[in-house]
Amino acid sequence: MRRAGLLALALAVLVGGRSVEARAPEAPRLATGPVAAAATGPVNAPPTVDEETVRRVATQLRCVVCQNLSVLDSPSEMAAQMRAIIRERLAAGESPEQVVQYFVDKYGEWILLSPREHGFNLLVWAAPVVSVLVGLAVVAVLLRRWTRPRARPATPIDPALRERIRRELDSLP
Amino acid sequence: MWRWLIPLSVVPVLGLLAYGFRVNPRDIPSPLVGRPAAPFVLRTFDGRDLSLASLRGRVVVLNFWASWCYPACYEEAPALERSWRAYRDREVSVVGVAIQDQPDAARKFIADFSLSFPNAPDPDGKVSVDYGVYGVPETFFIDRAGRIRLKQTGAVSDDLFRGEVEKLLGEPA
Repeated sequence: MRRAGLLALALAVLVGGRSVEARAPEAPRLATGPVAAAATGPVNAPPTVDEETVRRVATQLRCVVCQNLSVLDSPSEMAAQMRAIIRERLAAGESPEQVVQYFVDKYGEWILLSPREHGFNLLVWAAPVVSVLVGLAVVAVLLRRWTRPRARPATPIDPALRERIRRELDSLP
Repeated sequence: MWRWLIPLSVVPVLGLLAYGFRVNPRDIPSPLVGRPAAPFVLRTFDGRDLSLASLRGRVVVLNFWASWCYPACYEEAPALERSWRAYRDREVSVVGVAIQDQPDAARKFIADFSLSFPNAPDPDGKVSVDYGVYGVPETFFIDRAGRIRLKQTGAVSDDLFRGEVEKLLGEPA
C-alpha cells in the first residue's frame, strides 16, 4: 500500500513538475519517519530558503523530546520535522522572528533555549553578572584585609626591665 | 552590618531553591489551554479524511499516542475505548493521533486494543507541533465551541475522562 503510494509519487515526479507541486502537500501522508522528514524539506521548500536562516531559527529552539538539545543539533525525528516546519514557514514568507513566535505560541517560552529578557527572566541574565561582581568585591575586601600591614600594639615593657636596660647602657664604657 | 550580610544573602538563594524543588520540571503548562484548538485534517488509518471542523458542536477528546509509548499509552488505551463507547452517542468524539510511529506498529496497537474510535498518523508532525505536544501520551479536551479546555499529560483514566467530558457536556454549545 505504502510502496504503491511512493511509486505513484515517483511517477508523478517523472511525468511533470507542475503536478508534483500540486501534490506536494499530500506527499508526506504517504510515508512516515525519516522518509517523511526528507520529503517535506526539498519537495515543499523552494530553493530560495536560506539554510543559514533555517539553522539560525533551529538553534534557538529546544528539541521538545530531548534533554537540552536544540532543534538544530538533535538527531531525533521530531527535531527533523520541526526543521521541516521552520523551512516551510520561511518559504511561505514568514520572518525568522515570526517562525520563532509560532513555536512560542504553541509551546510557551519553554521552547526557547535562551529565555527572553523581561520580567522574572531578567534574574537569569542578571544573576551571573551580579554574582561575579559580588564575588570580586568580596575578594577585593579580603585581599585588602590580608595584605594590610598590621599595626602592632606597643608591647608594654616592664618598668623594672626598662630600668635595668638603662643601667646597663649607662655602665657601658 | 557586614556580619549579617553574608548569612542574609543565603535567604533569597534558599527561597529560590525551595521554589525550584517544588516545581516539577516535566510539568510544562500549555499556553493553549483556553485558546481555540488548531484546525487539522488527518487521513485516518482506514483511509478516511477527518477534520476538526467536521466535529464542531461535539466535545472532542484528542489523544496523541505512540505504539512505543509503554506503559502509559498501553494503560490508557482501554480506558479511552471504554469511555468512547460510553459517550459516543452523547455528542462526544474521541480522535487518536499516532505520532513518531511506524504505520504497521500503530495498526497493530489499534488492533490489539480493538480501538473503534478514529485514529490517524501525523507523518509530518504538523498537528503535534500545532498542539505543542512534547511527549506521549498527551490528551486535549476540546469543548463544543472548539476551545481547548484541558491538557492532560500522561495516561487518561476513566474518571478523568468522565469528569471532564461531563463538565463540557453540561455547558451550552
